[in-house]
Amino acid sequence: MFEAISQNRGMIVGLIFILLIIGLFAAYFYGRGIIRTEKTDAVFGNPEKALGGWYWVCAGVSSILLIWFYFSWDAARSFFPKSANELCQVAKVDTAINPMRSIFPLQSRLLKGTSLLARDGGQLETLKRDLDRSGFTEAEKAEYGDLLNQLQDALFSLASPDNLDPAVQQQITQIAGRLDDAREQLANSAFPGEPSAEDIETATNQPGWGEANTEIPNFPVTERGRRFNAVAPVVAEISKDFGQVRNTSIRFDGRIAAIGEQLKSLQEKLKSSSLEGDELLEREQFLKQANKMFKRVDDGTVFPPDALDPIEQAVVMFEAEASNQQGSLKYIDAFALPTGTIAAGSTNCSEQGSGRWLPKPSDTLGTLVNISRPSVGYKGIPMLWYKQKPVAEMVGFFIPDWVADLVPGKYPRHNPDGTIDENLKTKVLNVATGNFPSISVPVPTGHIWDSIMRVVAGLFLGIILGVPLGLFMGLSRFAKGFFDPLIELYRPVPPLAWAPLILTIFGIQDDGKIFLLFMVAFAIMVISARTGATGTQLSKIHAAHSLGASRRQILREVILPNSLPEILTGIRISIGVCWGTLVAAEMLAGTTGIGFVENVARKQSDYEIIWVTIILLGVLGLFFDLIMRWIINRTIPWRGKG
Amino acid sequence: MSDLVADSLDMTFRTPAGEAVHALKDVSFTLKQGELLSVLGPSGCGKTTLLNLIAGFLRPTGGLLSLNDQEIDGPGVERGMVFQQGALFEWLTVAENVDFGLRMKKHDKKETAIKVEEWLEIVGLQGFGSTPTYQLSGGMQQRVALARCLINDPDLILMDEPLGALDALTREKMQSLVLKIWKETGKTILIITHSVEEALLLGERLFVMAPRPGRLHKEYRLPFAEMGLNGDLRDIKNDPQFVEHREEILSMIWNMEEEIMGKVL
Repeated sequence: MFEAISQNRGMIVGLIFILLIIGLFAAYFYGRGIIRTEKTDAVFGNPEKALGGWYWVCAGVSSILLIWFYFSWDAARSFFPKSANELCQVAKVDTAINPMRSIFPLQSRLLKGTSLLARDGGQLETLKRDLDRSGFTEAEKAEYGDLLNQLQDALFSLASPDNLDPAVQQQITQIAGRLDDAREQLANSAFPGEPSAEDIETATNQPGWGEANTEIPNFPVTERGRRFNAVAPVVAEISKDFGQVRNTSIRFDGRIAAIGEQLKSLQEKLKSSSLEGDELLEREQFLKQANKMFKRVDDGTVFPPDALDPIEQAVVMFEAEASNQQGSLKYIDAFALPTGTIAAGSTNCSEQGSGRWLPKPSDTLGTLVNISRPSVGYKGIPMLWYKQKPVAEMVGFFIPDWVADLVPGKYPRHNPDGTIDENLKTKVLNVATGNFPSISVPVPTGHIWDSIMRVVAGLFLGIILGVPLGLFMGLSRFAKGFFDPLIELYRPVPPLAWAPLILTIFGIQDDGKIFLLFMVAFAIMVISARTGATGTQLSKIHAAHSLGASRRQILREVILPNSLPEILTGIRISIGVCWGTLVAAEMLAGTTGIGFVENVARKQSDYEIIWVTIILLGVLGLFFDLIMRWIINRTIPWRGKG
Repeated sequence: MSDLVADSLDMTFRTPAGEAVHALKDVSFTLKQGELLSVLGPSGCGKTTLLNLIAGFLRPTGGLLSLNDQEIDGPGVERGMVFQQGALFEWLTVAENVDFGLRMKKHDKKETAIKVEEWLEIVGLQGFGSTPTYQLSGGMQQRVALARCLINDPDLILMDEPLGALDALTREKMQSLVLKIWKETGKTILIITHSVEEALLLGERLFVMAPRPGRLHKEYRLPFAEMGLNGDLRDIKNDPQFVEHREEILSMIWNMEEEIMGKVL
């Protein structure tokens, strides 16, 4: 069954997607229809108009799921399973041509040469101005100024078409020609020929998109993909060759050599001078800047304004052809893969955008099902399962060991022959420590169970200690005054601020976390119970007195039930806050729990597990709240009607 | 002798600002077993204070208060109380409210159940035993409060504006019910009210109290309660003697109010 589902994943996801769209529209139109036909109370502000409306719940849930399916690219994967592989091949060509394209004003605003000239020319001007303002001698100023002028001349001479070396011109034409050839290959549907049997086998045997730890299948599957894949290395080679073309000529080389000599002699001169300290440093700094500019000019990366036109034209035409050859693929890229695309790296392709950090619903569900299996679990611990536990262990846990100390007599010492005589004391101790044979019973275990138990334990302690104190504080001036500062001082501190201290004192295992949760629940329970007790109508207390109730009876029969709405609301709030605090505390330390799972997943950037934990936390939180709502509706139906 | 005796009662409160408020001054009266007394007065005349003193919720700052020759010291079952809004326990059903007092005393359960049925029938709520009290109307809630008080068999029944929050029709029915209970049980009943008609109808004796300091202003002995036991309450209200008394007391209270508030118009 599981296998069948995972094999037909694409089809199932597609079906769900379509059903969700239908559901959304159906719910929307149903809801609109009801609004039109409902005539009972059309006045704005009547809260009764917010009652009911399950169809809007359907619409809301459908919308969320549709957004998830769409932005995680799960819908794309279901409807266009091969598109990622094809886009991967396209991305390979894209990556190959990118170094060439970046030279021209295709993505950026300026031609690379123009921006280089502006930058280097501007920096030379700045150096000249700094030279005028510096404290150098007139002779030095003349020498250095001359060097800068030479550099500027050489730089500007690069831009002149007259100075362009015919050999360089030829290189440029050749590269443009090669790119044109590559374009023709891309356009040629016969290129690169029939696939070999080996290629077909590799293509069919590789896992699909998102299958078996493969993000994107790398090997081209389609005819179009094979063409792009074959052209990519050719274009990469052209790009590499183009990167090595320099605007140099014999004339330019001569001038550059002369400037280099001039710079070197100035450096020598400075070294042999008697200058020291700041003065020396200042000149060294200047020559260092001049040297940097010299190296940039020497690179010869600036070409005459129109010199690279053939290549620019070839790139534009190539890209147009690539876009043309993509055909419908580019619409899939734009609409089915929102907020990103497939990018090619040096060895394989990957999803870039929301498809990367927003795991696909089907994958997430698969991960959830997978780690829910007790044999898999997470870090060797199942999410929620059971294990056989001897009853003795539980008895030993609940009976304190000192019970044995209360039994009269002494603990026996061993006999000279090595035997030990058991007496009543040792027998009681054995029971108290759980050291006796017993049957085993299944007990729940796992990350989820651990988290729930911690919340339940913390909450339970908070309730049984907080409610009596709260009632006491609500009825006694002494208790209110005495305990108020204590609680009001620790309560506003965020629980996580306490966590490092508490975890140090009580340990990173359950004790510390339960104590932390107890602190959270305790303060809330005290305050709610106190509010409840304070809110008891005096006439009810008077009535109970007149009817002969004792103090204890009034507390139990009048004040406690009267405070029940506040107490239950307090419990409901406590559960929410405890749940949040617990996960954060588990992230700080510990070896089990949902927070622990998420923390490990975070360290490993395992987004699917992170989403699984987020969804689990949400669903469990909702589950707790539903239970509390049910309890509240059952136990205090009189609330607000007294 | 099961009389309620008040001997020069004094009650002074201290406001949070530290001022002393003289709520009651030198109040003395004797209420004999089986008498029906209504207490009337403008707001702030100390009627509720007087009731709280008798119920034992407050202790007088001066004077003596005794029932059956025993000084009143704290609340007790022998003095049952019916409150203005019923003061029912809304988390309990009608039957659980009614048998509250008996349950607190761990009375025999079977006997309690029988008694509850009896009292629900007397106050006209048979069959409502398992209804939650918050589902009852105001009049029904007051019936529950009456039954809850009477089931304890108190010597003295104190009523603090018990019918104040009811509509006119329900009110009239409840007035008949109070008279009926008074007659059938022969209990001593003390009713506080701010309705002159009600005070006249439900008072064998009637105290009019005056404010600042709260004191007994005038006492009447009236025949209307006796008449109400047999006749129609509306007929009594049209009786010339009744009208005469009503106008006299109304103008008396009106004058007191004017003295406090200053003359209106």
